[in-house]
Amino acid sequence: MYSYTDFDEAFVRNRVSQFRAQVERRIDGSLTEDEFKPLRLMNGLYLQLHAYMLRVAIPYGTISARQMRQLAFIADKWDKGYGHFTTRQNIQYNWPALKDVPDMLEALADVQMHAIQTSGNCIRNVTSDHFAGAAGDEVADPRPYAELLRQWSTDHPEFQFLPRKFKIAVTGAEADRAVIRAHDIGLQLVEQNGEIGFKVIIGGGLGRTPMIGKVVREFLPEADLLPYCEAIVHVYNTLGRRDNKYKARIKITVHENGIDTMRELIEARFAEIRPEFTGVDQEMLAAIKAQFATPALREGDVAAYEAAREMDPVFRAWADTNLTAHRDADHAIVTISIKAHGKTPGDATSDQMRLMADLAEEYAHGELRISHEQNVILPHVHKGDLPAIHAALKAAGLGTANIGLASDIIACPGMDYCALATARSIPIAQEIATRVDELKIEHEVGELKIKISGCINACGHHHVGHIGILGLDRAGVENYQVTLGGDGTQDAAIGTRMGPGFSAEEIVPAIERLMLAYLELRDAPEETFLATFRRLGDAPFKAALYPESEARNAA
Amino acid sequence: MPKPFTPKVVTANALIEGDVIYLTNSGEWSRRHEDARLFTEEAPAEAALSAAALQASEIVGAYLADAEATPKGPKPTHFREAFRATGPSNYAHGKQVDL
Ligand code: HEM
Ligand code: SF4
Repeated sequence: MYSYTDFDEAFVRNRVSQFRAQVERRIDGSLTEDEFKPLRLMNGLYLQLHAYMLRVAIPYGTISARQMRQLAFIADKWDKGYGHFTTRQNIQYNWPALKDVPDMLEALADVQMHAIQTSGNCIRNVTSDHFAGAAGDEVADPRPYAELLRQWSTDHPEFQFLPRKFKIAVTGAEADRAVIRAHDIGLQLVEQNGEIGFKVIIGGGLGRTPMIGKVVREFLPEADLLPYCEAIVHVYNTLGRRDNKYKARIKITVHENGIDTMRELIEARFAEIRPEFTGVDQEMLAAIKAQFATPALREGDVAAYEAAREMDPVFRAWADTNLTAHRDADHAIVTISIKAHGKTPGDATSDQMRLMADLAEEYAHGELRISHEQNVILPHVHKGDLPAIHAALKAAGLGTANIGLASDIIACPGMDYCALATARSIPIAQEIATRVDELKIEHEVGELKIKISGCINACGHHHVGHIGILGLDRAGVENYQVTLGGDGTQDAAIGTRMGPGFSAEEIVPAIERLMLAYLELRDAPEETFLATFRRLGDAPFKAALYPESEARNAA
Repeated sequence: MPKPFTPKVVTANALIEGDVIYLTNSGEWSRRHEDARLFTEEAPAEAALSAAALQASEIVGAYLADAEATPKGPKPTHFREAFRATGPSNYAHGKQVDL
């Protein structure tokens, strides 16, 4: 795993002491809120509905057991004993007091973590595939590139005041698990004639005008990564609209100027600045890569795993849904669901964090990952250790076998915490998961991605949910709009809005009708919800959502 | 035509704790919605808001929120304000247990 250099360490410590002084000056009245707000946002501190919220970056989703324990310690000492893992590979604390935040940041710095650039119009936390470095299908580990980008973008003088926030995601595989087509820049590692490079996608984004990113360069040689990204951000910084915050993201710049014009401008700027990159970045990259070497995987037989599969149907169900192929056949990637039916998606208690840290230390080379789907991953587990891990998880309420299924829901904080929300999302997720569990249908329904946002900003990725739910305020009442057919993978698509929204009471039965209709409509159990929707289109699903109007039309 | 004025309270977040507070009749801040002063006219409401905005070392983000009178004191009319006055719905945290 990446370990801070002296420079990183000094930089982060320095930021903490600066912020400590700023907080003191805010509390003694020498700074007004208008002066203080940009400073606190630069350090990940928001003010939400009921309290402050501290957003801590988990760069490219990789975190050590020691860091996870520290997150638990912080949750106990300065928050309410839990943390919320988000779709941006961050952890959020919902209840810190202003005076404690410098101490929290200090405690984070002790384990090489921080909250810098988790807010504001800068280049945010670079996200990546949560299976990076372990998945069987990747060209190379994307995280060294994510780390290089993080170092390049942190405090980059040209890019501290962009027209709007800027998000970069990197993946190493064709199967896109990092939603790169919904990012300002999406990078996919590809191999061409034995050489490693990137497919570069720009202009994706969700929010009020969702857009799927467009390919700006089919193959960018590895060594050109930083100058090319710098050229992209430069063109955006120059052309991006500052007159209207709803038109300020690069997706609008690309949309208004066209991808071809953008490409010309980017390539021209790239040609200009390329000579300035004399190779120091490549030396850094080589040093970073060494820190991401695969841990020494152990050998040993997997009989315990085979036996548990035979004997224990609960273990088998969990293994079928929560394991992913590791590139070593005797190992597996374990996804720990922090989506127990009826619980808040993405929340883990401090005890659960400590248990996951212990398991990582004992069985998984001390490493964990946070996925954008708000789950926790043990990336390198020998199959012989799986029964013991499962038993420990089950005892801690972490054994839910639902990865990729209907109750593995992404939900943003919504009106329960977020000051921008127009409706709640968490209770809707809790109720859908509870209902699905009562009906015991999610294993039959199979792969289904339900994603819920509490307002048009789309932090819950609803546009790319197979079923997307958007909470709105309709004349002072919560109302939920349904979109279908969204997809966040390499075949990315924005979902289609179905029709009038549903009340908080009606939305769960409506989702249930959709699942039941799908079971009737599919060709075969192998045909997923999304495939069935793509084959049949809106009509039969609309009929399931709005049976009354169907009946009226028939009459 | 301007919209008719609906009754309002002055609300904000406490600077240090960040929790929700309401301006009372005595000009102090209370954690409880029912303690809030209910303004039935626009001019005094705006004046109280401007005065509150000056208390920078105690509060953050003051604004006027719709409310209605009840025998037990003012009550929120919109669900957002109702959540602010009670706490989140997924855990027994915030005002619903602290007060
Ligand atoms: C205090 C809480 C939050 C605030 C104020 C906030 C604010 C926003 C805003 C204003 C946008 C729209 C940006 C635009 O369209 O230009 C946005 C987008 C987004 N946010 Fe949040 N957000 C919050 C929490 C979260 C959380 C908890 C997550 C992760 C679970 C998250 C992830 C995202 C994502 C993925 C997008 C859409 C991608 C894009 O940037 O286009 N946000 N957020
Ligand atoms: S989608 Fe809206 S409600 Fe949900 S976290 Fe983002 S800004 Fe808040």
